[in-house]
Amino acid sequence: MAELHVELVAADRKVWSGAATIVVARTASGDTGIMPGHTPVLSVLETGPVTIRTVDGGTVIAAVHGGFISFADNKLSLLAEIAELADEIDVARAERALEQAKSDLDAHAERRAEVRLFAARGLKAHA
Amino acid sequence: MGAQLRVYKRRIRSVTATKKITKAMEMISAARIGKAQRAVAASAPYADELTRAVTAVATRSNAKHPLTTENPNAERAAVLLITADRGLAGGYSSNAIKASLTLTERLRGEGKDVVTYIVGRKGLSYYTFRNLAVGNSWTGFSDKPTYGDAKTVAAELIEAFTAEDGGVDELHVVSTEFVSMLTQDAVEARLLPLKLDEVQLSDQTPAKSEIFPLYDFEPSAEGVLDALLPRYVESRIYNALLQSAASEHAARRRAMKSATDNAGELIKSLTRLANSARQAEITQEISEIVGGANALADASRGSE
Repeated sequence: MAELHVELVAADRKVWSGAATIVVARTASGDTGIMPGHTPVLSVLETGPVTIRTVDGGTVIAAVHGGFISFADNKLSLLAEIAELADEIDVARAERALEQAKSDLDAHAERRAEVRLFAARGLKAHA
Repeated sequence: MGAQLRVYKRRIRSVTATKKITKAMEMISAARIGKAQRAVAASAPYADELTRAVTAVATRSNAKHPLTTENPNAERAAVLLITADRGLAGGYSSNAIKASLTLTERLRGEGKDVVTYIVGRKGLSYYTFRNLAVGNSWTGFSDKPTYGDAKTVAAELIEAFTAEDGGVDELHVVSTEFVSMLTQDAVEARLLPLKLDEVQLSDQTPAKSEIFPLYDFEPSAEGVLDALLPRYVESRIYNALLQSAASEHAARRRAMKSATDNAGELIKSLTRLANSARQAEITQEISEIVGGANALADASRGSE
């Protein structure tokens, strides 16, 4: 099966890298799935979950907040200002952040917390 | 114990205490340099990918963007000065401040108004003490900057740059480049407006030499550039902060090492002085005893 090389990079560290069969990310114009051989693309990421299906059948889910996706030569770079893998996310903290954001009416923070929770729970659903 | 000897002993004790402190600071800084260097290395993949993306957009489209547009009659310039929060780092902060003053002088010579933005308590206190105008300042993170800090700084600077009126026409950054453990140079660079043909990867190779594929831009080349360029500025500022933090630790380590060495030498020479003072005391006591015994012997012989 064809595969593509994925690098998920946050501003201060490399979060994940490896081979994958498909990557789904939320871009400015909606969810985009990228498979090997996709046309070169460079687009803006929204705050949202990124799902990576690895070649050995596993799934990596990460929450990313702002950034870019660029794909060329079967190499996919996901650049995010903040990126957290699902198993790094502290669910209790994210829930607290969600409560806080809701009471503060901070739509931005609320969305970030929701995405974190979504990513963390998505992984549990798979496991 | 004689007065002289007691004074020496006291000074040795105080210098030893100082030496312990400087030695501890030296070791702390030495440990933190490694950490700071790792932070610089860890930020490189993001910076490189971002640079590549920016160059790709710039080469594959003719999109114009406010952040890349040069104002031919620039009147106002901003200078971002990065210094330390704490002292005891040798010439680290003062070198950066000196570089920033030279740059300010040069920009004034070109007929531009200069607004100074400052990171670090040392630079801020230098400017406020001399009643020099400061645009804005940030303190508290000079030795361990995070991306969030860089974002806060960048947001304000970009806002100043893109403001319709009263905004600045160019942005310069004065930071300290970490060359090696022994050498850190205060450097100044113009960050805005961006010259896209000058963007470089972290290993100093110009990004232009690569051939870029024909990307599809989503939503559009302008839209991508709109989102990319502020991130690029943030990442440049983040890099400058990290390099400066590493330099700060290296400068402090070196300053503390020479302080420790000097304290060691001071202790050595004070010990010598204390020893000879003690010896002089003993010699004097012996001669007093001998003198006393002789006098007694003379007196008793005379009475016989």
